[in-house]
Amino acid sequence: MTDLPWLTILGVVPLVGAAVLMALPRRQELLAKQVALLTSLVVLVLTIVMCAAFVPAGDRFQFVQAYDWIPAFGVQYAVGVDGIALVLIALIAVLVPVVVLASWHDADAVHVEQLPVRGTTSAPVATATAGSGASSVRVGGGTAVLDPPVATPPPPPADPPRRGSVRSFFALLLVLETMMIGVFAATDVFLFYVFFEAMLIPMYFIIGSYGGPRRSYAAVKFLLYSLFGGLLMLAAVIGLYVVSAGQGEGTFAFEQLVGLEMSTGVEIALFSGFFIAFAIKAPLFPFHTWLPDAGAEAPVGGAVLLVGILDKVGTFGFLRYCLPLFPEASRILGPYVIVLCVIGILYGALLAMGQRDLKRLISYTSISHFGFIALGVFAFTSQSQTGAVLYMVNHGLSTGALFLVVGFLIARGRSRLTEDYSGVANVAPVLGGTFLVAGLSALALPGLSTFVSEFLVLLGTYSRYPVAAVLAAIGVILAALYILLMYQRTMQGPLRLPAGIGDRIPDLRLREVLAVAPLLALMVFLGFYPKPLTDVITPAVDATMLDAGFTDPAPTQGNGAPAAAPTR
Amino acid sequence: MLSHVLASEAPATPLPTGQYLAATGSLELLWLLVALPLAGAAVLLLGGKRTDSYGPYLAIGACAGSFLFGLVAFAALLGLDERTAQTTLWSWVPVNGLQVDMGLLLDPLSATFVLLITGVGLLIHVYSLGYMAHDPRRRLFFAYLNLFVAAMLVLVLGDSYLALFLGWEGVGLASYLLISFWFYVPAYATAAKKAFIANRVGDVGLLIAIFLMFAALGTTSFTGVFAQAELLAAGTATAIGLMLLLGACGKSGQFPLHTWLPDAMAGPTPVSALIHAATMVTAGVYLIARSLPLYEVSDTARLVVGIIGAITLVIGAVIGCVYDDIKKVLAYSTVSQIGYMFLAVAIPGAAAVAILHLLTHGFFKACMFLSAGSVMHGMDDQVDMRRFGGLRTKMPVTFACMTAGYLAIIGFPLFAGFFSKDLIIEAALDQGGLTGWLMGGTAIVVAGLTGFYMTRMMIMTFFGPARWTEGVHPHESPAVMTVPMAILAVGSVISGFVLVHVTPLPDFLAPVLGAEEADHVLEPIVVTIIVTLVSALGVFLAYQQYARKPVPTTAPVAVSALTVAARRNLYFDDLNEGVLMRPGQYLTRALVFADNRGIDGAVHGLAAGIGGGSGRLRRWQNGFVRSYALSMFGGALLVVGALLVTRLGT
Repeated sequence: MTDLPWLTILGVVPLVGAAVLMALPRRQELLAKQVALLTSLVVLVLTIVMCAAFVPAGDRFQFVQAYDWIPAFGVQYAVGVDGIALVLIALIAVLVPVVVLASWHDADAVHVEQLPVRGTTSAPVATATAGSGASSVRVGGGTAVLDPPVATPPPPPADPPRRGSVRSFFALLLVLETMMIGVFAATDVFLFYVFFEAMLIPMYFIIGSYGGPRRSYAAVKFLLYSLFGGLLMLAAVIGLYVVSAGQGEGTFAFEQLVGLEMSTGVEIALFSGFFIAFAIKAPLFPFHTWLPDAGAEAPVGGAVLLVGILDKVGTFGFLRYCLPLFPEASRILGPYVIVLCVIGILYGALLAMGQRDLKRLISYTSISHFGFIALGVFAFTSQSQTGAVLYMVNHGLSTGALFLVVGFLIARGRSRLTEDYSGVANVAPVLGGTFLVAGLSALALPGLSTFVSEFLVLLGTYSRYPVAAVLAAIGVILAALYILLMYQRTMQGPLRLPAGIGDRIPDLRLREVLAVAPLLALMVFLGFYPKPLTDVITPAVDATMLDAGFTDPAPTQGNGAPAAAPTR
Repeated sequence: MLSHVLASEAPATPLPTGQYLAATGSLELLWLLVALPLAGAAVLLLGGKRTDSYGPYLAIGACAGSFLFGLVAFAALLGLDERTAQTTLWSWVPVNGLQVDMGLLLDPLSATFVLLITGVGLLIHVYSLGYMAHDPRRRLFFAYLNLFVAAMLVLVLGDSYLALFLGWEGVGLASYLLISFWFYVPAYATAAKKAFIANRVGDVGLLIAIFLMFAALGTTSFTGVFAQAELLAAGTATAIGLMLLLGACGKSGQFPLHTWLPDAMAGPTPVSALIHAATMVTAGVYLIARSLPLYEVSDTARLVVGIIGAITLVIGAVIGCVYDDIKKVLAYSTVSQIGYMFLAVAIPGAAAVAILHLLTHGFFKACMFLSAGSVMHGMDDQVDMRRFGGLRTKMPVTFACMTAGYLAIIGFPLFAGFFSKDLIIEAALDQGGLTGWLMGGTAIVVAGLTGFYMTRMMIMTFFGPARWTEGVHPHESPAVMTVPMAILAVGSVISGFVLVHVTPLPDFLAPVLGAEEADHVLEPIVVTIIVTLVSALGVFLAYQQYARKPVPTTAPVAVSALTVAARRNLYFDDLNEGVLMRPGQYLTRALVFADNRGIDGAVHGLAAGIGGGSGRLRRWQNGFVRSYALSMFGGALLVVGALLVTRLGT
């Protein structure tokens, strides 16, 4: 079983699916969707089998393959997974079919163009920059004259006519899946960089061609931020090669780069290159402003993958690359990063409370959550780091579910603004119930998996940085506020729906329930029994801690005796 | 005597603190206690409308099953020499030095709570069958009730602070769902949110206490923490004690986090009886009683618990004197009575008395809430006591039950509260010194206030002329409601006597909570006489004010400054709004503005600068292949050159 090139197979299957999709006639929309769903399910099954074959107590990297790619520079096609990468790949495999199912109608052209979605265009600078946006409002106003004037607010900007086809939307999703698997599976730093950059391209098109009214602005912003970070990382990657070449054979292989000797100055410089790239990707405060735009304008499925997985590459990168490759720099700069994390946790939460746009709101909650994840990584305890990795998985499930449910609501009400809704749970109780459960997972209610990870992060952080942990714990209160405020504004109170929708909206359909139910079920299961995940994550975290030269702080006052088991 | 049954034979070698024996026999199935109501909730929530017809009965069955098994487990526990039974279910959060198991612990303390929760819970499930008969969403109501019972059982049965926390937030969720059960009323939704947030503030305290335990002792299990408690530095123990207290204040509606509890009366009345009077709000008392080994190490933390209890005791009673909403009067009464429990649990050796009062209060307050619900049921859901009056003839059973609860709470001789409240006041005085006189004196004065506000409620509701709004036709409630009320009324009458003189609860709890005979400052009989006289004075004043004069149907405006303040909750809500909510809103708005203008603005400025620069760079992109080739060659040359230099340099 373990001899099979699992990771390569996982990467190739979605590519094949995408190729099949593009070979289909443009009109065969339903078939295209079915092929996409089937492909993603095949990947899911293969991933489950692979996870079963993974030996938690075995080698650090498993399913390893390495072939020379550019021998002149020692670049290899080298893949392999440790427990951390494994659980993130499993998350990808779960989320992609869910996204395909939930996005079933999102690329249907007629559906979107007739009923543009209301969103915020609050950022004044932004509106000015997106020069075409201002003119498109006029265009929208011009066409709206033909319609009876029903709504008092100005009509939303009409969507520019250019749209991709259904088959290319799903093909892009599948290509994105390949890139995402590749970025976590790569064990060659150069290969990692290639996937890191290549992953942007399908996401750029998903946002830019299938997004909301301000999609081009959001897509370009996303791309520029990421490319800027990528550039810094490229410089650092080349720097790593140069340093390794200076000590013998030049290489990009991760395991040979660990423990590389370099002066503290060089280490800090290279650390910074990687760190800024990852901090933009994650995103940490103050590198975050691209996310609310991208998260709000991306189609819901794209937003789920963007926030659920793409952004995790940043936090994954901290743990996989920043700490083991640059332990000294991590030690020196870690406390400053902790400060950024704590600011981000509180800042993201406060901003989430101030948002009117549901999708922007969720994006800001993610900024707060990424603060927690990075806090766990840089607190350097095995509890906090295991918690951080668990957090990455759970946040994917939780924010994924929240984006999906909000997407279902927006698809019904054609508005992203909270003030357009009230008391929706009166007419759509299942939608309300799933919204609440997804929201409770975002505020880390015990019994749901997000609690375990948030608890571990804070507990581990407390044993090294008590003040930071206590400040971050305020984020726990703020999370309850932003979630319950959002829930109360949209779902509770007397029924009110956006103008032009009528006085009823349908409850969740079977397809929608099937899309979101697996996420909720997983969250409950992992909330009570996270052991299958911690069993594979903890050894990988231990190895990372060893690379970086950190050990857990011992209890300060106890007698060190193991907790007594029940007698008799 | 029955007392021999409950009092544990002292084991030959007493177990060290925090040592528990593994469960055997029927006690290995402890998890069933939780699983039954949890399964009930799951079936009702996931089954959807299909379960509408039998759902409520299933929920009642699940709760009854849990109660019966609770009795079996209680009997099994009595049969053990060392009265502890612990069972580990599965490994919950295992990460290297932190190993948290999901485990349950039955000992005299948790067993007492199990019977209270499932017993009162069962009665209130049955009562709800009548109270919620006409609500189209009553299936959900019963699902949430079952969820609450399951979570509350996890809270008291969990064998580690983390398992306790699971139940702790679980009951918070159930409370949120039930307060906002009629969520289409905006005020109810707001009340539920307020309850959840106030609880969360407390919960963070509890979380920080857990972090402190792990950082200091490396464990969160009761076993590990209590066995090492004496090794804790005094400062750490104080910090843990105060953080636990913060959690307890949030859950139990104690000062300064008490303002959510009166608002929580937005929930259906059975919820107020079960969650916001008898069980959930007493969880803070449980937490502190359970954590006594930690408070043994820190006298400071212990004293603060007592002070908080004394302050809340007064606040609740004062505000309870002015409200006209019958449920809010009862709510503030609950706040005040839990203050008694906090006061007692902090006194060395008197923790068992706190639990005693918790039990008797569970009976008489649940009885009074259900009676109030019965009144509302007959009065078209009105709660304004100024529009009640003369109901004793229209609702004789309700009147009788309310009277039983009333006599119990004011401490009428031989009724339940007479025993439990007296013991608390005695213990407070017996501390001696200034603390003893201050706390004991406060407790005595509040006994008088209790007599006043409860008599006021009784007179305004059941006596005097009818002041009903037009179209209201008061009627007695159906038997499905009055029978549970009557059972609780019997409990209100006899539970004090039984739990003090027949099967002494303090002896039963002694293995967990300890028992100390303190020297009496005043003879118990003297205390009893003083307390009874003070209560009687309160009753008399209320009689003068409300029975001898007509009760106006609108609240009088020309009143003392204290009354005005009390009507505004002593300005606590205004304080919250002015200090937390308003500044929070301004901060949020300012940050949203700054994020758009400041950070994003800086990025856009940078982008504009680069845009200008790139205009110049664009000239390089002239479309001629030859110039691209040239630049690529140049770039490649640079890279190779750089590599050669570094290679040669070494």
